[in-house]
Amino acid sequence: MHTAPDALFKTLGDPTRRAIFERLARGGEQTVWMLTSESGVSQPAVSKHLGVLKLAGLVRDRREGRETHYRAEPKGLAPLVGWMSLYGAFWRERFDKLEDLLNRMDQ
Amino acid sequence: MTARSIVIEKDMPHPPEKIWRALTQSALLEEWLMKNDFEPVVGRKFNFRSTPMPQWNGVTDCEVLAVEPNKKLSYRWNSSGDKAKDGLRTIVTWTLTPTATGTHLRMEQSGFRAEDEPFYQGANYGWQRMVGALEGVVARLA
Repeated sequence: MHTAPDALFKTLGDPTRRAIFERLARGGEQTVWMLTSESGVSQPAVSKHLGVLKLAGLVRDRREGRETHYRAEPKGLAPLVGWMSLYGAFWRERFDKLEDLLNRMDQ
Repeated sequence: MTARSIVIEKDMPHPPEKIWRALTQSALLEEWLMKNDFEPVVGRKFNFRSTPMPQWNGVTDCEVLAVEPNKKLSYRWNSSGDKAKDGLRTIVTWTLTPTATGTHLRMEQSGFRAEDEPFYQGANYGWQRMVGALEGVVARLA
């Protein structure tokens, strides 16, 4: 499932929410408690932001005992990756394949 | 509105004539690029067909614009399918320059507009910092 770019921008347009997502993207899996201690907002507020991020496909959660662990889902950003990024990676890969072919070809 | 380009250049230890064959013979082109019905004839309309990706059905509508054997090849490279109307409208140009050791090969895909690049539009949201994660995404998509 892909969220529309507009919805993703809206989701990440909130600075607190974006900060939570970036912290997960950089720091790996964390609990609500860990995120709350660093965010400067209340735990219910952090939980609410995590819910919105999850709905947008940007975070995943995993229940372990009494705690829920959250982690970033970079694939959720896919709709924001534009044609130029895609084609940049595409052509670099194709140049490699072209060179392989040329090495196999006769003069 | 400024249109932007992707440029990839590489020195290759092969003569231009050999690279030209890989760029213009349909069967060879398929080996490194995509399935196609290309012919090196100006005005020729053809398709590249690939696996569908997000935002794209995998088909590219093309038209040959320039053929200068062993020197230059250019074709339109446009999105096909449902989103073709407001989709990608670019031009791919290959330039082959002989060197002492082989060929300098240059590919330019030009005509990207700002709206072709959501990542670019989002720059004011602090996306620069997300580049690492995005590159991972791109690697998996490509």
